[in-house]
Amino acid sequence: MQFDQILQYVLSGLSTGAIYALIGIGFSIIYNATGIINFAQGEFVMLGGLLTLSCLELLKLPLWAAIPCAIAVSTVVGILFERLAIRPLKQPTPINLVIITIGGSILIRGLAMLVWGKDTHAIPPFSGDTPIAIGGATILPQHLWILAITLLIIVINKVYFYHTISGKAMRACSYNRRAAGLVGIDVRRMVLFSFIISSAMGAVAGIIVAPLTMTAYDVGVMLGLKGFCAAIIGGMSSGISTVIGGLILGVLESLGAGLISSGYKDAIAFIILLLILFIRPQGLFGKADSERV
Amino acid sequence: MKKMSVLFSSICLTLLFATASFASGTIKIGALFAVTGPASFLGEPEKKTLEMLVKEANEKGGINGMKLEAVIYDTGGDATKAVQLATKLIKDDKVSVIIGPSTTGESMAVIPVVEKEKVPLISCAAGIKITDPVKHWVFKTPANDHVAAEKILNYMASKKQKSIALLTVTDGFGASGREQIKVLAKQKGFTIVADEVYGPKDTDMTSQLTKIRGIKPDAIICWGTNPGPAVVTKNVKQLGIKTPLYMSHGVASKKYIELAGADSAEGVMLPAGKLAIYDALPKGDVQYKLLKDYDQSYKKAHGTEASTFGGYAYDAFLLATGAIKKVGSTPEQIRNGIEQTSKLVSISGIFTMSPKDHNGLDLSAFEMVKVLKGDWSLLK
Repeated sequence: MQFDQILQYVLSGLSTGAIYALIGIGFSIIYNATGIINFAQGEFVMLGGLLTLSCLELLKLPLWAAIPCAIAVSTVVGILFERLAIRPLKQPTPINLVIITIGGSILIRGLAMLVWGKDTHAIPPFSGDTPIAIGGATILPQHLWILAITLLIIVINKVYFYHTISGKAMRACSYNRRAAGLVGIDVRRMVLFSFIISSAMGAVAGIIVAPLTMTAYDVGVMLGLKGFCAAIIGGMSSGISTVIGGLILGVLESLGAGLISSGYKDAIAFIILLLILFIRPQGLFGKADSERV
Repeated sequence: MKKMSVLFSSICLTLLFATASFASGTIKIGALFAVTGPASFLGEPEKKTLEMLVKEANEKGGINGMKLEAVIYDTGGDATKAVQLATKLIKDDKVSVIIGPSTTGESMAVIPVVEKEKVPLISCAAGIKITDPVKHWVFKTPANDHVAAEKILNYMASKKQKSIALLTVTDGFGASGREQIKVLAKQKGFTIVADEVYGPKDTDMTSQLTKIRGIKPDAIICWGTNPGPAVVTKNVKQLGIKTPLYMSHGVASKKYIELAGADSAEGVMLPAGKLAIYDALPKGDVQYKLLKDYDQSYKKAHGTEASTFGGYAYDAFLLATGAIKKVGSTPEQIRNGIEQTSKLVSISGIFTMSPKDHNGLDLSAFEMVKVLKGDWSLLK
């Protein structure tokens, strides 16, 4: 096995892994604020990509304007989802909420199918598609965008959760909702915040990945599942553990497809998921009862 | 006595209505299409095409002076539903011929019904099992996958390319293509040096292609429908692989070039049904006028380009009406008429049926094309 092949597998894996990580963090943020797994997370990834497409083609906006526009609209969808489907619930038990998010994801996907049709759509890359060679392996400029934006978002996340009042309040909710409420934190507002942040992050993930993978009304399903795997490996942390979880998943998938067999690529992801859930349900890096933010 | 007269008059009435419906001369064409559900990309253009053709034919005064009536049911791609609806078409609607179903699974499920009820079926699905072995009442319009595969291998042979790396999608279409290519490659003396697969929703195939790059085959054949092949095309460009890349007829539409980007798709070769590339055909081609008319009237009616899939319904309609014109309009006559079809110029190709061949297409149904500057160009 040559070195440049291995290098290529690792690089491909890292760039796919970064996407999984971004989606995974979206899962974790909502989980930490509300205790539910938001299975509609993948749909925000889809909305990000498709809304960018509409902004580019229908509104004729340039790319730099289309992207914030798409993120804003996806965030509004996230807010509506929380307001209309999550908040009015009389008995917000986790199982009810989880089932609502599954229903919500089917609804959003169905509406997207009616609006954008069943076709796959392409979005132009941010800065050309001339491959960049790195010691025998090649990546595209878009991969660098993905890695850079993922890094940026992690830094922003860190600053928000540790250095702002509302970030600290959200962490307080994740430690103990009742206690947070008793010291005057509006827990419901924090839940809304968590939906805003994670829908915006999902949209960003969908936008930066669309030039490589293209986008369609049903891309959210598989990407959502892989993001969920990343979050599980990272022990549902909204910090660096989930990022590492995503990267590990991406690299293992890529190495597995290259060195073992491409037929088992998805199986690898789900075997890892099951192993983690069986052996280390607190995540690969978590202590048995760790902080989750 | 009163009873007798009631009975008598009712018989008279029945006869009257029966003759009335006979005199108005309507031929009922049944159709089963997957208009909704996962196979709706097949069923929707098929339905629109059939409706358009029936309307056109009736405006021109029908077939042999008889009006046509299309009874179209949506199967949702579900084989059980297709069987129920086929029975309904035969028993309740009393159709003379059935067009469809859209998918191979549904067609296989419906075959026992039409064989038993003796109604001709013209399937719009590609699976080779439908007409091989030949069933008395069953025909199909799409060319078999192995015809497309053979077209690629013949072209490769002419370029002295001997070793093949396969990259196929893990769904029915990819699995069938993979099987057919392997069998044909063995017969024709090619060697398969890599046999890789990818999932229909996969977003990055660089791992598989890196492995293939290490093996250095003479050519790569990718078998799938969008968007997978477009991703493969981009990845090939990214990895700087110079090996010739062949695609299947599953991506023979402008959509593929658009998705992959004209730059990445440059030089990709594939067998295409003639509808997708009719602009590039020589003007003398016998199918040219028909293809152009179909594409333009479809565009006028529905605002989108005509697709190969709608073409399958077009073929079925021409086969059925051709048989009615030549032989007659009972199910038995239509069946015989279709089997006698010879050199019928249609969308998918030129059909010549026989008791041994209920598909009727050969290698001429496809043309090898190459992507040049974002458009198709014919390969000689």
